Amino acid sequence: MKAARGAPAIEVAGLHKHFARVHAVRGVDLEVRPGEFFGLLGPNGAGKSTLINILAGLTRPDEGRAAICGHDVIADYREARRALGVVPQEVVFDPFFSVREVLAIQAGYFGLGGRDNKAWREELLRALALTDKGDANMRALSGGMKRRVLIAQALVHRPQVVILDEPTAGVDVELRASLWVFVRRLHEEGHTIILTTHYLEEAEALCERIAIMREGRIAALDSKEALLRRAVSKTLRVTTAEPAPSVPPRLEPKLRKRTGNILEFSLQQGTDSIPEVLESLRVAGHVVTDIATEQASLEEVFLELTQGRPSTASR
Amino acid sequence: MKGSAMKGFNTLFYKELLRFYKVAFQTIFAPVVTALLYLLVFASTFKGRPDILPGVSYVAFLIPGLMMMSMIQNAFANSSSSLIQSKITGNLIFILLSPLSAFEFFLAFVGASIVRAFCVAVGVYVAAIFFVSLPIRHPVFLLLFGLLGSAGLGALGVVAGIWAERFDQLAGFQNFVVVPLSFLSGVFYSLRDLPPFWQTVSRLNPLLYMIDGFRYGFFGTSDVSPVLSLALVAAFCAGVSALAMALVGRGYRLRN
Repeated sequence: MKAARGAPAIEVAGLHKHFARVHAVRGVDLEVRPGEFFGLLGPNGAGKSTLINILAGLTRPDEGRAAICGHDVIADYREARRALGVVPQEVVFDPFFSVREVLAIQAGYFGLGGRDNKAWREELLRALALTDKGDANMRALSGGMKRRVLIAQALVHRPQVVILDEPTAGVDVELRASLWVFVRRLHEEGHTIILTTHYLEEAEALCERIAIMREGRIAALDSKEALLRRAVSKTLRVTTAEPAPSVPPRLEPKLRKRTGNILEFSLQQGTDSIPEVLESLRVAGHVVTDIATEQASLEEVFLELTQGRPSTASR
Repeated sequence: MKGSAMKGFNTLFYKELLRFYKVAFQTIFAPVVTALLYLLVFASTFKGRPDILPGVSYVAFLIPGLMMMSMIQNAFANSSSSLIQSKITGNLIFILLSPLSAFEFFLAFVGASIVRAFCVAVGVYVAAIFFVSLPIRHPVFLLLFGLLGSAGLGALGVVAGIWAERFDQLAGFQNFVVVPLSFLSGVFYSLRDLPPFWQTVSRLNPLLYMIDGFRYGFFGTSDVSPVLSLALVAAFCAGVSALAMALVGRGYRLRN
């Protein structure tokens, strides 16, 4: 499956979708470049799943257009769907078939079969540690294994763009780690990966660019580094020679935590200055022996952007 | 259809065949046994009853009706149950994410319904000819009525499977529409045995023409002209297929 020359992996323009009175997607514009590892984040009800469903052809937009590798998801749906693999959020399966049958059937829907595809299906089973379960009925698999089969199903036609819709929800730590190794491999092989997750540390670790949705709109869309720089606050941790029972009054509002001789301040980006804080402490008679700063995490940025307030997550 | 689209259709068709084949005891053997039980009960109850059609015993008269009734009910059950199960368990998503067209989707479900209907009909026929001699006077009519009847009910199953959101809604459709219409379609009696009012009412039932025409294929006699029946059955099949295609094409209750 080749992309239209120079086309973005995903292109969304002026997308709107209503469900009865709910305006689920409100004029979303989005472009994902080929080969990107892209994060799509947002609280429940932000419109992420609706957007993904529109891209997958499972939901029809009221207005606007969406294309996968240059193929319109409605007018050119066959090519758009050939270019896309979706790992659905819910663990769903067909109880009539074995793992190998499920993969062969899924490949067949895309007009694929034969020796090449069979070899690829076996490779997927190996990569996802499912080889010894290949002939087991889907009903006999654990939840984690069923989720791995979903990933194999999404990849069976070697799509250029892979959407992982909360692939690690309810998955144990070991499987999650092996899953990310596999997804990183796919990315290195040139696949465009779109990830939605509620585990923001996963998005922070994996994604190059991130869109944060809120109330059906893209509230932020930037590189991960640029998003992290948007954080309103960062943490300054100061170690003093002696425990400091009090700090200068102007520093009181910024003091977040006091543990022995360690003081933790929350500083506003752009307005608070570290040298000024240190100078105030020195003037008050405290001897500073060590300092450390900590940038805001993606979670804090996420909360600031989706709830419109600085995070209290680490307080 | 292009090569890859043809292969996609073939796969869905094969998958739907495999689905009922894997539970053949329930989908093929059980309906055959049910039809034979009807045959046993009605044949022994109405033993000695005068022939309904000239030279055709009541038992022989019953068999084509039971075959067609089984085809009707199983064609409907196949597509409707496959769709509702896939919708409720959520695995329909794998078909919806594929590049299959609405027509390929529709054709695969209806095609599998036709195959199941013929498997059941052949099962009833093979079991019945041990007891009664059954001539086949017009095999082309037999095939056409079998094909159009099961295709029409397979398409109706697609409509019901798409429309229903719960198993009980589908059961309601089957128990209050399909089963009564198939029982009141002349399986056990001839249209001519009914009072004029009920004859008129019966003529509104499209399944009557399927059974009457199918019976014509065996015995060469029927209550309604076989050509008229064929035209009406074809029109029913075309109408229901058009409705099913419209629903699949629009993505009604499939793609929101």
